[in-house]
Amino acid sequence: MMLSADDWQALALTLRLAAVVTAILFLLATPLAWWLARSRWRWKGVVTAVVALPLVLPPSVLGFYLLIALGPQGPVGQLTESLGLGRLPFSFWGLVLASVVYSLPFMVQPLHNAFEAIGERPLEVAATLRASPLDAFFSVALPLAGPGFLTGGILTFAHTVGEFGVVLMIGGNIPGVTRVVSVQIYDHVEALAYADAHRLSAVMLVFSFLVLLAVYGWRGRPAAKGAM
Amino acid sequence: MPLPARLLLLLVLGLAIGTARAERITVAAAADLKFAMDEIVAAFQRQHPADEVTAIYGSSGKFYTQLQQGAPYDLFFSADITYPRELAKAGLAGSPVQAYATGRLVLWSPTPDVVRRGLTGLLDAAVTRIAIANPRHAPYGRRAEEALKAAGVWSQVQGKLVLGENIAQTAQIVQTGNAQAGLIALSLALSPELTRSGQHQLLPAALHAPLEQAFVVTQKGAAQPAALRFAAFMGTAAASAVLARWGFEPPTAAAVRRTQ
Repeated sequence: MMLSADDWQALALTLRLAAVVTAILFLLATPLAWWLARSRWRWKGVVTAVVALPLVLPPSVLGFYLLIALGPQGPVGQLTESLGLGRLPFSFWGLVLASVVYSLPFMVQPLHNAFEAIGERPLEVAATLRASPLDAFFSVALPLAGPGFLTGGILTFAHTVGEFGVVLMIGGNIPGVTRVVSVQIYDHVEALAYADAHRLSAVMLVFSFLVLLAVYGWRGRPAAKGAM
Repeated sequence: MPLPARLLLLLVLGLAIGTARAERITVAAAADLKFAMDEIVAAFQRQHPADEVTAIYGSSGKFYTQLQQGAPYDLFFSADITYPRELAKAGLAGSPVQAYATGRLVLWSPTPDVVRRGLTGLLDAAVTRIAIANPRHAPYGRRAEEALKAAGVWSQVQGKLVLGENIAQTAQIVQTGNAQAGLIALSLALSPELTRSGQHQLLPAALHAPLEQAFVVTQKGAAQPAALRFAAFMGTAAASAVLARWGFEPPTAAAVRRTQ
């Protein structure tokens, strides 16, 4: 496997992006999934539907809206400008934001299922033992939902690695900043460098297979409940 | 109904359908042709109402790759002359390569000052992002790189570059304000959307090799009379006038010589 320096750079960037996005989504999706699993609110279905939107929306729709929203005339763009953060499109953090939106359901859904699978009983028991709700969440719910976190983390990471459409629209193909593996492969193909495209594609194929093997291998065990 | 009558009915129906069936052809055209080609197709259809022409736009390199894999296009209009030539070399062309226009590059920006100062003005700290098409596979991107090198600013602006997938996406990056300047096709800078939101300065032709644009009829198209009619239409004054209006210059003498 002889990958070029550019390919390694794209790989490193992709892994960094996926790691950052996964970490952010752990923080964002955990309270959201917990709320979805416990809330009795009438309009909960609306939130569930919104969270699931990136699953069905074409990446071009997400990319287009993000480009408009994050651009200098867009609401988010004007906010980031006024905060002195500059413009997000065509920057690493722009890709992070886009990927967080794009991969949100992949983290929320496994966690939501895992939290629901716990049921009321363990938390009631914790409450009778005078555990505060927060204490009960961290010492009872989180450990029980462990497999859900693992599944959500792996799926989010892999899904972010595989992103293409959104990145193509708001990434701008900058080496080391926004040129991720999927875009690099696309460039190889466009430039008719098929040998390069083959090498990098093979790496992605093996990676994706191993990720799925890890998820399903784990889920094959009897203890793993609450996965997707 | 007895059998002969039924056969007769089928025959009459078949004839009716046969005469009413329009010839459908697909034209794959480089993104810089979007506005000109739409008009050319409309003009062609007025002359040949029985022919149905669908134009699709994208990057020349992608169409070339797709045609190599048997994509069902009848004509291929490239933003450069290399791709059609390569197709002809591979025996995948159904006609000689025909030069049809020379494209021009412009510096485009929503800020008049940036446009006025030209390529050296791009060194200014206020310009943080410059959009060009990807030089690796977009003809306009390659010429943009040449122009920036000729202006002696290439190495300094490297860190500011944002690469569009094709020239239309590059135009979209500057049009949405996500880059302060862009090197794009004159044909796109003349579009209503871009004329409304910014200005352009034509880059001197001497700064880069000419953007020689050529087309071929594909192997599939060679068997379609409508495709040959469309190819012939490209040689008419009507088609040339549309191309000229959208900022395309006539093909260079060298390109015409090489395609004969």
